[in-house]
Parts: sequence; C-alpha cells; structure tokens
Amino acid sequence: MSGLISQLPVLPVITPLIAAPLTLLLPKGRVPWAWATIVSWLTFAASAALLHNVATNGVVSYHLGDWAPPLGIEYRIDLANALVLFLVSGIAAIVFPFAYESVRSETDNRQSSLFYGAMQICLAGMLGVTITGDAFNVFVFLEISSLSTYALVAMGARRDRRALTAAFNYLVMGTIGATFFVIGIGLLYQATGTLNMADLHLRLAGQDNRVIEAGFAFIVVGIGLKAAMFPMHLWLPNAYTYAPSVVTAFIAATATKVAVYVLVRFFYSIFSPDFAFMQATFAYVLLPLGVIGMFVASLVAVFQADVKRMLAYSSVAQIGYMLLGVSLGTKAGLAAALVHVFNHALIKGALFMSVACVVLRLGSHANEAFQGLGRRMPVTTGAFILSGLSLVGAPATVGFISKWYLLKATFEVGHWGVSFLIVASSLISLIYIGRIIEMMVLREPPESGPLSAPIKEAPMSMLIPMWVLVAANVYFGLQTDLTGGIASAAADALMTVGGAR
Amino acid sequence: MISPSLAIPLSLALPLIGVVLIWLFGRWPNLREAVTLVTGGLLLVLTITVFASVGEGERPDYILFEVIDGLPLAFQAEPLGAMFALLASALWLVNSLYSIGYMRSGNEKNQTRFYMSFAVAIASAMGVAYAGNLFTLFIFYEILTLSTFPLVTHKGDAKARRGGRIYLGVLMGASIGLLLPAIVWTYALTGTVDFTLGGILSGHVDAAGPLVPVLLGLYVFGIAKAALIPVHSWLPNAMVAPTPVSAFLHAVAVVKAGVFAVLKVSIYIFGADFLHQSGASTPFMWIAGGSILLASAIAMHKDNLKARLAYSTVSQLSYVTLGAMLATSMGVMGGAMQIAMHAFGKMTLFMCAGAIYVATKKINISEMRGLGRVMPITFGAFFIGAMSIVGLPPMGGSWPKFLLMWGAADADQLGMIAVLMISSILNVVYLLSIPVMAFYMAPTPEAGKPQGVHEANGGGALIQWGNLKEAPLWCVLPPVITATGAFVLFFFAGALYDYLLPLTGGG
Repeated sequence: MSGLISQLPVLPVITPLIAAPLTLLLPKGRVPWAWATIVSWLTFAASAALLHNVATNGVVSYHLGDWAPPLGIEYRIDLANALVLFLVSGIAAIVFPFAYESVRSETDNRQSSLFYGAMQICLAGMLGVTITGDAFNVFVFLEISSLSTYALVAMGARRDRRALTAAFNYLVMGTIGATFFVIGIGLLYQATGTLNMADLHLRLAGQDNRVIEAGFAFIVVGIGLKAAMFPMHLWLPNAYTYAPSVVTAFIAATATKVAVYVLVRFFYSIFSPDFAFMQATFAYVLLPLGVIGMFVASLVAVFQADVKRMLAYSSVAQIGYMLLGVSLGTKAGLAAALVHVFNHALIKGALFMSVACVVLRLGSHANEAFQGLGRRMPVTTGAFILSGLSLVGAPATVGFISKWYLLKATFEVGHWGVSFLIVASSLISLIYIGRIIEMMVLREPPESGPLSAPIKEAPMSMLIPMWVLVAANVYFGLQTDLTGGIASAAADALMTVGGAR
Repeated sequence: MISPSLAIPLSLALPLIGVVLIWLFGRWPNLREAVTLVTGGLLLVLTITVFASVGEGERPDYILFEVIDGLPLAFQAEPLGAMFALLASALWLVNSLYSIGYMRSGNEKNQTRFYMSFAVAIASAMGVAYAGNLFTLFIFYEILTLSTFPLVTHKGDAKARRGGRIYLGVLMGASIGLLLPAIVWTYALTGTVDFTLGGILSGHVDAAGPLVPVLLGLYVFGIAKAALIPVHSWLPNAMVAPTPVSAFLHAVAVVKAGVFAVLKVSIYIFGADFLHQSGASTPFMWIAGGSILLASAIAMHKDNLKARLAYSTVSQLSYVTLGAMLATSMGVMGGAMQIAMHAFGKMTLFMCAGAIYVATKKINISEMRGLGRVMPITFGAFFIGAMSIVGLPPMGGSWPKFLLMWGAADADQLGMIAVLMISSILNVVYLLSIPVMAFYMAPTPEAGKPQGVHEANGGGALIQWGNLKEAPLWCVLPPVITATGAFVLFFFAGALYDYLLPLTGGG
C-alpha cells in the first residue's frame, strides 16, 4: 500500500490513460459508461489526495521511471496545479455519471465505447498537462487531449452535421496553436539546452535576447489559441455549439482553464515577471485583449438565438477576466485569475449541463426551446437560474467571489478604470442571462411546432450530478477556504519562485 | 427569553423555515396563511427582543462564518437597524393580514409562490437591518432584489414582464455597476468594511480630495433602492405588482432598505463629521432636494392612484437621503425618523388604494369622486395617512420634517428649508385632494352605482351596510391599524428620538 502512496502523483494521469484503451474491449451500452464513471471517481480521489498532500507537506516532485530531472520527466505538483488537477478531475467525476442518457440520445450508440474511451483520454491529457514539470511533456499531453477533443466534437454529427465542420475548424486552429507552441519550446531548448521547467527557469535567468523573446511570443500565441483568447477564439463557438452536450459541458469547464493555467505556469515558473518583455506583454497584450474580449464577446452573446452558442461566447468573455487578472502582474491579480479559473468551471459546467437536459427532452438548444421551461422542467430551470445568477455575479455564489477578488486586485493597483469595465461587462451578462431566465419563467411554452410536445423533467441520473455542481456554486460562494485560500497561497508561491532567482 | 445575540440569526432563519412550510402546505390555503401569520408573530417577538436590548445600550452581535479572509457574514444590531427590523416585522404581520384579504378577493394565481417570495424578502430585509458590515449588507440587499422579482412580475403579462425587466435592470445594474465597486474600493482603501460609528474612511482618504465625493456618489446612486432621481425609474414600474407588494415592499421593506443603507453608509462608513468636514455631500444634498421637488411635480400629473403614490414615495425617500447628506445631527435624526414615520403613512395609503380596487375595481383618481361617502372607513384612513405624509400634526410624519428643517438650519442650508416647505405644499395638493374629492364632490355617474361593478368572489365578501360598501374586513382593518399607528407615533416621537440619539455619537 505504501508503494501505491509513493506513486500517488502519477495516478491521476495513469488511471484514465490505461483505462481508456480497455474501454474499447467492453460491450456496447451501459458498461463503457459505468467503467468511465468509476475511472473518473478513482482519478478524482487520487487528485483530492494529492491536493491534500501538497497542502500539508508542500511541493511534490515525482520522477517518471526514476529518471532524475532534468533529463528524465518530472511531475512537479505545487498548490497551483494541485488545485487545477482537483478541479478538472472533479468536473469529470460529475460530468461522467451525468453523461449516460444524454450521450445515448445524441450520439451513435455503436460508438459508445469509443466515446467514453475518448473522454478518458481527453481527461488524461488535461491532467497530464497540468501535472507535468516538463515543458515538452506539456505539448505531448496537450495534443493527447486536443486530438481526442476533435473526435468528441465530431461525434455531435449524428444530431447536426455542422459538427463535422466545427471539429475540422477546431482541428486546424488547434494544430496551428500546437505548432506555434512546440516551435516556442524548440527555441527555448535551443537557447538553454533543457526542457525541465525548473531548469529552464534557472538557465533563462539574465538571458534576454531575440531567441527567448521569439520563443515566448510563439508560446503565448500557441497557448492563446488553445485558451480561446480574444481574438483567437473563432474555433470555440461552433465547437461548443455542435459538440454533444456532455462534451461541451466537460470541455467548457476544463479545456480552456487548463490552457490559462499553462500560460500562468510559463509566465511565472519558466519565465519571470522581471523580463522586460513580460511586463510589456501584460500591459500591451493581455490587459487590452482581456478587456476587449470581455466586451466584444459579451455583446455578441446578447444577440445569439441559440443558448449553447450564447454560453460559448460568454466563455470567451470569461477567459478575458482570467487574462485580465493575470495581466495585473500582482499577487492579488494572479489569485483572482486562479479563483476565477476554478469558479468559472463550476458555473459553465452547471449551465451547459442544464442545457444538456433541455436538449435531451426537446432536442433543441435554440432560444425557443427555453420558452416556458419553468413549468415544463422546473428542476432544470432552477439549476439554470442559479448558475446563471452565479455567472452574473450575484452574492452567495462563486461568480460573486470571483468578481470580488478581481475588483479588489484592480483597485489595489490603482486601475480603477478597469474595475468599472469589469462591472460594466458583467452587466452585459445580466442582459443575456436575464433574457433567457425571463423566457423560461414568464413566457408560455410554444403552442405549436416540434417544441410544443408534452415533456417530462430530465431523469434523476442527470438531475443529481447537475445539482451537485449547482450546490458547489453556492457552497464555494460562501466558503472560500479551498478556492480563495489555496489560490492566494498558490499565487504567493508562484510569485516567490518568479522573484527568487 | 432568548438572548438578543441568538435572536438575530433566528430572525433570519425563521422566515426561511416559514418558506419551507408554506411550500409544504401550499395545497391547504388556510394552513399556509396560518404559517405566514405565526412566523410573522414569532418574528415580531424576536425583533422586539433585539430592539429592547439595544435600547438598554447593548449591541448584540453574531458572526455566521467567514466567507473571504477577513470578511465574515456578521451581524450587529444598533439603534437604526433594530428600529428598521422592528418596523419591517411589525408591518409584515399587518400586511400579511391584508395580503390574505386582497389575494383571495382577487382570486390571484400562484399564491403559494407569492407567500414564499414574501418570506424570503422579509428574511433578507432582516439581514440588511442587522448587517454588521457592508459586505453582509450587500449580500442581503441583492437577495432582497432577487426575491422580490417574482412578486413584481406576479401577473406574468407583457406589462409585468416589462416592469420586471426595468426593476431588475435598474436595481441590479446600479448595485453591481456602482455599489459593488464602491464597497470593494472602500475595502481596498481601508482594509475593512465594518460599520464603525464615526466612519472608517477618515485617516485613509484625504477629506478634501476628489475621492470622497466620487465614492459618495457611487454609494448614493449605487443604492438604487433609495430611488434618488435618476435611479428611481424601477419604483413606478414596480407598481404592476399586486397591491400588498406595493404596500409592504415598495413603501416599507425594499425602499427603506435602500434609504437605510444610505444612512448606514453616511453614518458608519463616512461618518457624519467627516462628511461635513469634507463638504462632499453638499452636491448630493442638492440632488436629493431636486429629487424631492421633481418627483412631487410628476406625482401631481398622475391620475393612476398607485402611480401617484409611487412618485410620492420617490419624493419622500429623498427626505432620508437629504437628512443623511446634510451631515448634521438633526439631519441624521430626521432622516432616521422619516424611515419609520413614512412607512406607516405610505403603507396606509397603498392599502387603501388596494381596498378601493378590491371593492370597486377603480384605479384612477378622477373616478373616485364621491366614493368617500360609500367607503368612509377606507377614505378616513387614507386621509390620516395623507396628513402624516404631508407632515401635519398630530400625525407622526410631522416630526421628521421638523427635525430636517432644524438640521438644514444647523447646516446653514436655508435653500433646503425652502425645498421642504414647497414640498409640503405640493404634498397637500396631490395627496389631500384625493380624500377631499372623495368626500365632498358629487359622484360621477358610474360611482353612483358601485354595486354593479364588482362581484364578490372567493374569500371574504364585501362589507355592505346601508349605503356603505367597503372592501372585505381583511382589506379594511390593516390600513386602519397603520393609520392609528401613524397617529399614535406622534406622541411617542420623543421616545424614538431618545432611542436613536446614539446615532449622532452623542448618546
């Protein structure tokens, strides 16, 4: 048993990675789903244990295959990535059990083992990106998760053929991003001769030349594409809209968050804020792009006729908040960004899950499907309203906590103009969420057409996981030791490493 | 007896337990209403307990838990909050009686949802009243907005949807767009948002600097529930709600939570002395004065009774803001007393408007000529309520006007005395004219035969006796109770004054 404990850091990655191919051997139907669910729970347990371990004992370093870094691959877990691991595997542990009914109705059943296999690979990839302390290993896992995501998005084709073009678009853009990223890594390797993050950090010290700058630029653009940083977000709305609902709920809550984490990791653990070009990037790239993204994407969201697409644009806007937090370059700003990474995952996960319930019953995620939903599917409507309010930032929800941290961070550095831009853009989210809530609560259901058929509430297998996530929205809105506390400590640690060279 | 410190969290929990019970008993209306009334009665006992202990100089507090590092959900009762809580819980009880009469006479739909939302609203009003810091106040302030949204849109038609949109848009827009940044800014500047007598900004912010008026402006307009023009537009639009909602929420709980918050911020965050010394409040004093007159002027043009009362509320709420912005002891006292006195008067007027509607389906003032002879009790109560709003003795409403004038004189703001005088005259014109018209003018043809207009249905028949035709008992009795209250308070104003005196730092 103690052997297993000492191998704990590798378990979150290795469990789904080994389990995924085995899924293909399972018979079609319910079994692959049950298998994936159990795997997601085991993964979550391992991640939670790891977070606990890091919080009590400090940074964990694990040498893969016992090859010592910098030559071997190192898994290096501090508070920042332990929190993201916990988040990603937690979302998986909620979305996987939720998936069965929704996936059965939206995808081809002959592919069920392929579907759940791909989901597990995607999970393993994202956890690998998060956990590793090796820059090239980030690229490998990023591609593992991306490739499986392309396939998952394409599986929405049974319901809507446009999923194929969306997946292809995503494939092209994602591959460009990955290529940029790997070119950036290559340049850094050229300059330093190492790929281990901690080692890179030491060897980059004092170097400030064209090669490093170019490498940095390639990495920011590459990861920016994966994170759907405005204006490199164009792949996202279609991919989110046409992917199967469960896939959307899963990747919306995790994939872009992991990308933001990677940015933070590169900024602070590989580069460091005292590079002059970092400050320039913060002030002239991240901050303006974050703010513009917040407004443009929110405004576009207001005019969508499809709830899934609206929420997709809202995600682009929310990425803007995270980038804004990072761009402040202060501990409070970084903590705000990490808090929002966590909180926004809870919000968007819950929102897309409630959309999945609607799609299951009505077969549509157009705005009209939500008319009069309050009477037809009251439990789902309640979940949508609560998590929608959380998105707007109503008190006693996680959205409020995010906003508080972000506002405090901007006021502390004296950017009070930016503070008002933050609240202004969250008022736009009040408009687009309020519009849907009004439709659900105060309008009558459509009287004719395919949407008027009598429907039941979504099944318990979907309602329970969805409400677990909604409850998390409220719980972490009132109790922020885990999110705010760990995020602040993590930000502290990241900044200290960055400064202590 | 429950300890006052425990009574504070209980007075939040009790209505929430009521919500669950109301939901469970939704199918048995009598049982459901009994839950509301029993909850109201118990809540009144709790608020009296707190009120009494604060009167003895105690400041009972209760910390729920810490949300963000150094920012707990904390409660502390002080005179202003204890008064507001007592006022809200007492009037909730009266209003619940009235709701029963009104909602059943009108055979309204979704009554269970109605009573549930009401109970959530009162719980959040308690949270606002007892909040020990701005963070807690903000949380309950927002929940109050959200919980009253289903009440405003109760009818569910296009007009209610539009009203609801404006209600939520203005209130949440202002609170998220202005109030939240103001609170976070204050926190970033001072490291605390606890309510402290004498204020927390002094020493952290340059009194003469431009930051003080900016921050004050964010607070005064961000607290849109105080309905200072131009953030008042939600209030007239909220009148699409059933009358008990207008009577209680838009004359007492919601709007008073707004002006209460304005007073709290000026006393406990800025500090009256600091405000006075900085002079930052003077422009807002003029805005409040302008708001008083402008809203009165608009009210005169409204023929719809509820719309006229709504604009009158906008005007009267600005009295409280004015008192806070005068930043003198008497101004603060006048503002604080206005909260209580106006609540009794305006609630009476709204409940009378509802009683008239239930009995005759009339909503326009021009149709009410001669109606006083048919509904003497209702219009009698209306007359008393109107006198109190105007500020005529022997009604409670006269004291705050008197104190505000005193405060204006202290602050050397003679212009404000003029504003107050003009406003009282305007009030006479647009409020007292209504009962006068009803009693002395000949009825219009339709009003002559009101019996054909309304078929009594469902709960509670109309009271008919000779030529009289009043609304059902539970629609008539509550305004009589509050009108009596408005009269009795005239004689207890001294006690209330002494009770509130610690607010000026002199107690």
